[in-house]
Amino acid sequence: MPLDKTIRKVLVIGSGPIVIGQAAEFDYAGTQACRALREDGIEIVLLNSNPATIMTDKSMADKIYIEPLTLTTVKRIIETEKPDSILSGLGGQTALTLCMQLAKEGFLESHGVKLLGSSPECIDKAEDRQMFKDTMEAIGQPCIPSKVVTTVEDAMDFAEEIGYPVIVRPAFTLGGTGGGIAKDRDELHEIARNGLALSPITQILVERGIAGWKEIEFEVIRDKDGNVITVCSMENLDPVGVHTGDSIVIAPAVTLSDKEYQMLRTASLNIIEALGVEGGCNCQFALNPNSFEYAVIEVNPRVSRSSALASKATGYPIAKVATKIAIGYRLHEIVNAVTGHTYAAFEPALDYVAVKYPKWPFDKFVYAKRNLGTQMKATGEVMAISDSFESALMKAVRGAEISADTLHLKKMEEVADEDLMERCVTPTDERLFYVAEAIRRGVQIEEINKETKIDMWFLAKIRNLVEFEKAISGRDISFDEYVKAKKLGFTDKAIARITGKPVTYELKPTFKMVDTCAGEFEAHTPYFYATFNRPEEGGENEADFEKAGDKDKQTVIVFGSGPIRIGQGIEFDYAAVHCVHALRELGYRVVIVNNNPETVSTDFDTGDRLYFEPLTPEDVMNIVHQEKPFGVVVAFGGQTAIKLTKTLSENNVNIIGTSADSIDMAEDRERFDALLERLGIARPKGFSVLTLEEALKAANTLEYPVLLRPSYVLGGQNMIIAFNDEDVNEYMRIILAQGIENPVLIDKYIQGKEIEVDAIYDGKDVLIPGLMEHVERAGIHSGDSIAMYPAKHIYDDMYKKLADTTIALCDGLKSTGIVNIQYIVKDNRIYVIEVNPRASRTVPYMSKVTGIPMVDVAIEVSLGTPLADMDYGTGFYRQSPYTAVKVPVFSFEKLTDVDTQLGPEMKSTGEVLGVGRKQATRCTSAAAYSSR
Amino acid sequence: MKRYLVLENGNVYEGEAMGASGSVISEIVFTTAMTAYLETLTDPSYKGQAVVQTFPLIGNYGIITPDMESSKINVSGYIVREVCDLPSNFRCETDLDTFLKEQGIPGLKGIDTRALTKCLRESGTMNGAICDRPDEFSLDEIKAYKIKDPVEEVTTPEEKVVSPEGEVKFKVAMFDFGIKNNIARELAKRACEVHLLPADTDAAKVMEIAPDGIFLSNGPGDPEDNIKAIETMKVLKDSGIPIMGICLGHQILALAHGFKTSKLKYGHRGANHPVKNLETGRVYITSQNHGYQVESNSIDTNIAKEYFVNVNDGTNEGIKYLDKPAYSVQFHPEACGGPKDTEFLFDNFISMMENREEK
Repeated sequence: MPLDKTIRKVLVIGSGPIVIGQAAEFDYAGTQACRALREDGIEIVLLNSNPATIMTDKSMADKIYIEPLTLTTVKRIIETEKPDSILSGLGGQTALTLCMQLAKEGFLESHGVKLLGSSPECIDKAEDRQMFKDTMEAIGQPCIPSKVVTTVEDAMDFAEEIGYPVIVRPAFTLGGTGGGIAKDRDELHEIARNGLALSPITQILVERGIAGWKEIEFEVIRDKDGNVITVCSMENLDPVGVHTGDSIVIAPAVTLSDKEYQMLRTASLNIIEALGVEGGCNCQFALNPNSFEYAVIEVNPRVSRSSALASKATGYPIAKVATKIAIGYRLHEIVNAVTGHTYAAFEPALDYVAVKYPKWPFDKFVYAKRNLGTQMKATGEVMAISDSFESALMKAVRGAEISADTLHLKKMEEVADEDLMERCVTPTDERLFYVAEAIRRGVQIEEINKETKIDMWFLAKIRNLVEFEKAISGRDISFDEYVKAKKLGFTDKAIARITGKPVTYELKPTFKMVDTCAGEFEAHTPYFYATFNRPEEGGENEADFEKAGDKDKQTVIVFGSGPIRIGQGIEFDYAAVHCVHALRELGYRVVIVNNNPETVSTDFDTGDRLYFEPLTPEDVMNIVHQEKPFGVVVAFGGQTAIKLTKTLSENNVNIIGTSADSIDMAEDRERFDALLERLGIARPKGFSVLTLEEALKAANTLEYPVLLRPSYVLGGQNMIIAFNDEDVNEYMRIILAQGIENPVLIDKYIQGKEIEVDAIYDGKDVLIPGLMEHVERAGIHSGDSIAMYPAKHIYDDMYKKLADTTIALCDGLKSTGIVNIQYIVKDNRIYVIEVNPRASRTVPYMSKVTGIPMVDVAIEVSLGTPLADMDYGTGFYRQSPYTAVKVPVFSFEKLTDVDTQLGPEMKSTGEVLGVGRKQATRCTSAAAYSSR
Repeated sequence: MKRYLVLENGNVYEGEAMGASGSVISEIVFTTAMTAYLETLTDPSYKGQAVVQTFPLIGNYGIITPDMESSKINVSGYIVREVCDLPSNFRCETDLDTFLKEQGIPGLKGIDTRALTKCLRESGTMNGAICDRPDEFSLDEIKAYKIKDPVEEVTTPEEKVVSPEGEVKFKVAMFDFGIKNNIARELAKRACEVHLLPADTDAAKVMEIAPDGIFLSNGPGDPEDNIKAIETMKVLKDSGIPIMGICLGHQILALAHGFKTSKLKYGHRGANHPVKNLETGRVYITSQNHGYQVESNSIDTNIAKEYFVNVNDGTNEGIKYLDKPAYSVQFHPEACGGPKDTEFLFDNFISMMENREEK
């Protein structure tokens, strides 16, 4: 009798808006949790302020509250809904903190609500610094030794005890002024004296310096009986000093001998036992690379970003298992969904490696400091799976969409030899490339290791890549060399570029399955990654094996949106997942391609098949050749998927909905202008330019202010308003330095009312679910502005005009399916700013507010069903009695030197939604929450 | 240089040579452990077998001789996807390839190890030849191979004593069927003086030592081949002396009680196998390396009960004897490699010896 039958109605709390450090992984976790509860027939009440999530879909819970995550809200919901339990561990720190407050206030107890999962005492023990230290001490787990001292002598004594280097942190000085790292007695004497003098209370903290130690993580799961397993170990390429969220990570850990591995594994088990965690837990360690000495850095007694990564890297559904444990199950009573016949009480065995590469927002925030440290700066990440570290790293790099498909970046060439080592030592988003460049210039990896403390193992692998690249540079290669190139992870495009010769060989990938057990048991997970094995080696392509019944269905491939970044967030995963569901319902066999471990779309049972591969032309075409789809869908994967249309259409792949031609027509300045002219639709005057001179000329012709942006970009990436020549100068310098393939667009900047429309077009009729009006002035990026539905300042005749314009544009672009259009209305005139023949970030909001499942309707329409035959009619959909306000959420506090003033370039990382009958109250409540 | 694996079913895998030169026919088995290749290579239980590592990157931390589980490599051959030529660890002495060469063990790298693993899983454990030409051996020759008396090859030729650092509290007679060093270390750590005895030591000799406990080690091969040891245990089992067995030792103790053993399709080899303690309901992750099992339904419930079962396939993982202070387990509580979660079983053995003293 494993399931606790007294649990009948559970309140699940989500994590709210996406901010740096708390991203889409909690939608993935929350969605798994809801499914796990549902399986056991438990009624679910859900609270999350972020509507761009699968977990807030009607089908996920019985009652959904899209409201601010505040104590007041939770209390009100508990009073209204009277749940018997509350689930805290799946909604990140936000949910955990709320539940802790409710528990401590006695609110849960007085309302008869049980806190599922870990107890408040357990969470306190993990989160309260002193209690944690005491708990670790009690079970003999070493923390980083530190001591508060008030004299230089005491500092010296303590340093002798713990060994050098030591870090000195003066108390109460701004930004740590007066602190530093002391490598020996003399240095400490100097720094301690100085630090004590600067501290207003003459106090310093002396801490053992462990920068440069290995950083190792274990994901652990424990049930109420104390059964405990580790799901996965992970090792950071970047040594201690860089936040694990900003580190390149490999799973499993590779440089530890079994003795070290088991030492840390046992430590993890002892820690989770001492804390009494019931569910998932993440233990981070620092390990001295020259001894068995280690220190516990941190423990997270909940499902985390790392656990999402571990889940995807192993196939072990941590969030689901944690939820099952919370409602009473024990590990050996939960079936391993991947094999279908073994149990959750085992440790996944990998027969591949997974590499995580972070996605940083520095391409958006060109002035932000690129330095990485203890504060996480990445907005998202990609994961790549392969049978060698080299190829996994290469897949991760090209999948990260940073304009690199090898470890070579052009800008590295300009760095002077004498500056190079400094760039290798200073952790930044580009460090990997500087390290590769140093090796390319002949710096010994021993020296790089000495300076950076990056383990020799990683450096040797990076050297393998660099040396191979050198070896095949500018010459013909043999078939064996070609095979080696493929095994190391080079694409044909990269090989052709490096060798300077067209690739004449062919080697098809052998797709392998992620099965949690390294092939020991038969598994049916349709979850693949590409490797290269020749037939002579016994190479087996597991994607060739079909499931029974697969043959009767037509296959459609849906492309995901890659890593979460500013401008391309969880909204696109939401759309992609909906598209998959809709297609499956229509009887298709759906294949998903994506490389983002934090998402619902990369859950192995979302589609019929999942390829965990980069969304780049060659990787995608390999999958197309394997799956031979009837069609592919690019409209729901943001710009990442849109970028694939050219390759796909060149290869005669049937693109469902948005065609390559209509995308080109919308993006190509001249074609778009021609279209508008033909239709008689106005747009702000503008030009496309390629050089600074052209830009200045155009700007002066248009007269300032003007809007500058590159074509073929999403989310107003690198968009600015220029007020004078100086602005244009600076902008063009930055843009040209990045090497642009497409022209820069310069438009006259019109200040008016900005209106956003998401429409569905079937080739004849259009359905407009509603208009959103942006509250800020035009020129602020639509993603950063507060948006309101319905539009309050648009009146009847303008409604009709907008509808007509929208139909005309859809007609002109011949784009069936979903379209997003941004207009400016000024002096009763309509100007078009941009048309995106694909799903936009507003789709989840409009779907939820209007009740129209926009993605489902769009996909059906794209497949040929006329709107007239569906339930939602044509033209403007009836206006909802509710007002919805969407408020952006920023992560500025995480990034230094970022201009917090909003402009046309999007800067927000997430959004919250408030829905209500009165506009004013909702707006304030949403805003109050988002500004926290 | 090219090298091949030819399986008895005719499958050929072309890869590259690694380790020593030469060809070898052996049983081919796979392990799913992701670390501990050194412990695997030196584990005497692998006598007569070539091991396939399912984890593709092997040799990452090089060779660390103190971590060896016996004085030499015991596998006949070694098959990996990729071998690390620049290992990294503060204790690393040399690289894996060099070590295999020094020890004269041929290896094969660069084949699709996952495809091979799946083949072994589907067809069951097979014989195979690691060779430089694919036609070096006929399939009949490969099929005919049988591991012969492997215990004889790995047991200690004469009695050896492993002493604890401090005071000796217990004397343990250890039947060495191919013991892994860490079993002796775990006992020595608990103040046991361990007398390593050749596998064919008779009961009288054991009684001469006057042990506080008898231990049956792990080892290679078919348990039924150990006729002498089974007979000896038939005598010793009722001596009243506490007994513990691991792996082959577990099987031999079961055979001495008249239970049956049989070969598993492809065995349990790895560091992630869940077992359930039937007395407490607790589940533990264990290190395993066995191709044979004690048949659960052959256990005479009048004299013994199942102690542990495998959570995945329900096979027997341990037996507790009802009429005497004795128990044995199929898995490896001594770990090395693998999890140390069942180390407490050694403590229980110590308790049995303490309890006997008190009586």
